Amino acid sequence: MEHEGKYRGALQILQEVCIGCSHCIKVCPTQALRVKGGKAHIQREWCIDCGECYRVCPTRAIGVKDDDFKTIFNYTHRVLLVPSLFFAQFEDELPRKVIYDIIGELGFTEVCAVEQSVDTLLEDSNLYVKNATTKPVISSFCPAVIRLIQVKFPSLLENIMKLLPPIEITALFYQKRFERMGITDYGIFYLTPCVGKIAAIKSPVGGYKSPITGVINMDFFYNKVYLAYKQNIPITKRIRINGAISSDGVLFSITGGESKHIEGNTLSIDGMENVIDFLEKLENEEIKGVDFIEIRVCDESCAGGILSFRNRFLTAQSLRNYSAKMPLKHHLTPDYKHYCSPFIDIENIEPRSMVKYDPDLNVALKKMESARKLRELFPGIDCGACGAPTCEALAEDVVKGEARVDACIFLRTILEKRGELTLKEAIEIMEEIWGKERFNNH
Amino acid sequence: MAGVASSEVKKNLKQLGVSPAVIKRVVVALYEAEVNIVAHAYRGVIRVEIAADGIKMVLEDEGPGIPDIGLAMTRGYSTASSTVREMGFGAGMGLPNISENATNFTIESVPGKGTTLSIEVKFS
Repeated sequence: MEHEGKYRGALQILQEVCIGCSHCIKVCPTQALRVKGGKAHIQREWCIDCGECYRVCPTRAIGVKDDDFKTIFNYTHRVLLVPSLFFAQFEDELPRKVIYDIIGELGFTEVCAVEQSVDTLLEDSNLYVKNATTKPVISSFCPAVIRLIQVKFPSLLENIMKLLPPIEITALFYQKRFERMGITDYGIFYLTPCVGKIAAIKSPVGGYKSPITGVINMDFFYNKVYLAYKQNIPITKRIRINGAISSDGVLFSITGGESKHIEGNTLSIDGMENVIDFLEKLENEEIKGVDFIEIRVCDESCAGGILSFRNRFLTAQSLRNYSAKMPLKHHLTPDYKHYCSPFIDIENIEPRSMVKYDPDLNVALKKMESARKLRELFPGIDCGACGAPTCEALAEDVVKGEARVDACIFLRTILEKRGELTLKEAIEIMEEIWGKERFNNH
Repeated sequence: MAGVASSEVKKNLKQLGVSPAVIKRVVVALYEAEVNIVAHAYRGVIRVEIAADGIKMVLEDEGPGIPDIGLAMTRGYSTASSTVREMGFGAGMGLPNISENATNFTIESVPGKGTTLSIEVKFS
């Protein structure tokens, strides 16, 4: 039942690794996952690349579509855009110089602090919020939030700040610099703490094409760097270091790092449940008088990103410690203002429809009514034994012809009790959902 | 709790693929009406009927009723206490706001008995 829509996400189920444990179907905020034939399947057009499934998967069967590290060697100039929280993965005592040298030794020719662009972005954001007619303005920073709004809260799309996020602005800075230097043989790589940003770079929204060449998985790269450090590898290569960053830049990716710089009544919200709860209220117009909202789906923002290895609280604390040592301004800010600020506007973001039943409203109404009646037949315990996350989801699937009504184990037991279903039939249904192997060799 | 009915209705309309702009009007109107029941009445029943061309919502409450509907429909007129106002409600925009978002809107009220609001929003 893998639906291949035009949207391509950054997550995939590795069928050979998946054990069909169903943990993922329970945590998906858009209910995009089902178990069938003993394996989890993603409904691509509902996936928002938040990575909640990745977090709970016990066998690492959720694959991340990052780029192969070796592809960096296709270019002469190889820039790695490094978020501050990468350095915070290590113990505070480990000097940055050591990490930079290892990154160079591993193959990059230049390293740059991603949040270099936030100082001018915050200025531009303040102007944007001041002039915005639709309030509150929602930050465009977290790609999973944008996708969540596209799928579940389309009426709030107009609230999203139509300015590029920091990574794209820093990448733009490099693109323009290489252009000025007449260099074409360059690759800009981004070291990502989450899958949302991979999706955002590979299939961006708002009529924009990212200058980022490839995305490197931070979890993978951390291991590579840490191993090199532990093995004390000899440093034979030189790397150009562009470490310019302000104290505000260092803190931007953690909770409150953005909202505290925006004038007016602002809020910062993190964690998927909090985010959904808040967006519901915002959509109902229950929330009034707020100018700007920073929203990130991970708890503790990017410090809690799924590819961030270290404990999120320790990571955030390291960032705070480091920030205290950094200057308020950095010397590249005028360049960012000159070369990037005029080009950071994006276009309207289109909704990604979650139409469940039918484009024809009459048909859809009938189906919704059937689903409502079916739901009353189901026990309401959301056990997931049918392969769907909730009884409600199963009812919808049955109406859409994607599941059978006797997939419900309660209903099946009733049928067996009445003598209307044989044991053999019951087993077959179970095998259809959970795979044949599960019921052999015990 | 105010907001429960509007959230439920919103979910259904989204599943049906009704346009976000129309959903917003429905939700805003219904939420305002829900708040009114919670703020003024003793109890109330909300009946919602969704058809292919639009949605009808009838909110019937047992409560103090509205002595002067014309006055209640005036922007900024409010009987809310200062406590309620401090909570961000009671600005006297409720009924006018419902009226603005509805295609058809009627109020029937018997002082001392209760109020019935009929709100209809057409989908196109």
